[in-house]
Amino acid sequence: MARQASKGRYLRAFVSGFFVAVPVTVTVLDRFAYVARVEGASMQPSLNPDGGSECDVVLLNRWSVRNYQVQRGDIVSVLSPRNPQQKIIKRVIGLEGDFIRTLGYKNRYVRVPDGHFWIEGDHHGHSLDSNSFGPVSVGLLHGRASHIIWPPNRWQQIQPRLPKNRGPLDTEEEDE
Amino acid sequence: MFRRVLGTTLGFVGYTVQYGCIAHCAFEYIGEVVVCSGPSMEPTIVNHDIVFSERMSRHLCKIEKGDIIIAKSPFDPNMNICKRVIGLEGDKVCTSAPSDLFKNHFFVPKGHVWLEGDNLRNSTDSRSYGPIPYALIRGRVCLKLWPPHSFGTLSESPSRQIIKPQRNSDSD
Repeated sequence: MARQASKGRYLRAFVSGFFVAVPVTVTVLDRFAYVARVEGASMQPSLNPDGGSECDVVLLNRWSVRNYQVQRGDIVSVLSPRNPQQKIIKRVIGLEGDFIRTLGYKNRYVRVPDGHFWIEGDHHGHSLDSNSFGPVSVGLLHGRASHIIWPPNRWQQIQPRLPKNRGPLDTEEEDE
Repeated sequence: MFRRVLGTTLGFVGYTVQYGCIAHCAFEYIGEVVVCSGPSMEPTIVNHDIVFSERMSRHLCKIEKGDIIIAKSPFDPNMNICKRVIGLEGDKVCTSAPSDLFKNHFFVPKGHVWLEGDNLRNSTDSRSYGPIPYALIRGRVCLKLWPPHSFGTLSESPSRQIIKPQRNSDSD
């Protein structure tokens, strides 16, 4: 008799724990922070510098992009315009209103439309980014990569940094 | 005394967090209630109608041609648009008016959808800003909740013949 009662109690505890743990985990992953493994070589040398041996794992801050605020030079994860089930991780080069000199896009110069931004991988030529599919809508923004958390010898905070010669052309006009 | 107050407060906070998370999961993965404004979907949906949009179709990538969807606006991510899906990736969409002699066609690129409002005369949609990425879609409108006299599922497109895809037909 005692064993039946304790089995029922374990089952109830498991079910109630399940109904607490799953929604809380899902909410944290959707709204606060997400952990993702970076695959591919499109962000070398910033991410995956070894290429192939061990992939970097990054912490994506979803809370800081809840109002779609990003800076130029941030590394962000974005839902791919080519494949809605895939997320791509690239660097923000230009925001709305910027003039960008492109690398291999159909137009040589592009003005980023309202509500869009321009993303590029650091490893030009090995990257599927705005140079292939054009400016990306800000609504596709998923998260901002804030830290590299694996492998342990690469623990660091990711600083926003614009690569040399890759930035908006109107640099005199610093907007507020 | 203080310990009891602390215990009650922590219990209250715990319940709030738990129910907040359950609410988030419901709105994110099951569906949400949306108040529509604007004339672009008349006569199917008029100004101030309240509809229910379900999220599962979008997460499972089961949005089909002819569905009415809610999506984030490509030009302002804080605004939502409500339009009908006219073409999915790979479809050929006719972009010229029915009165034109020479028809312009457009192939919807991979990962994008072509949207049009039912009120073609008064709707800014893919005919002006092009196809939008599928990932901007938030949910599929499946039920109209208000006004009560038009409660129920929504009708098919009134203006355009939505042709279901026939994969093996040769079209020129």
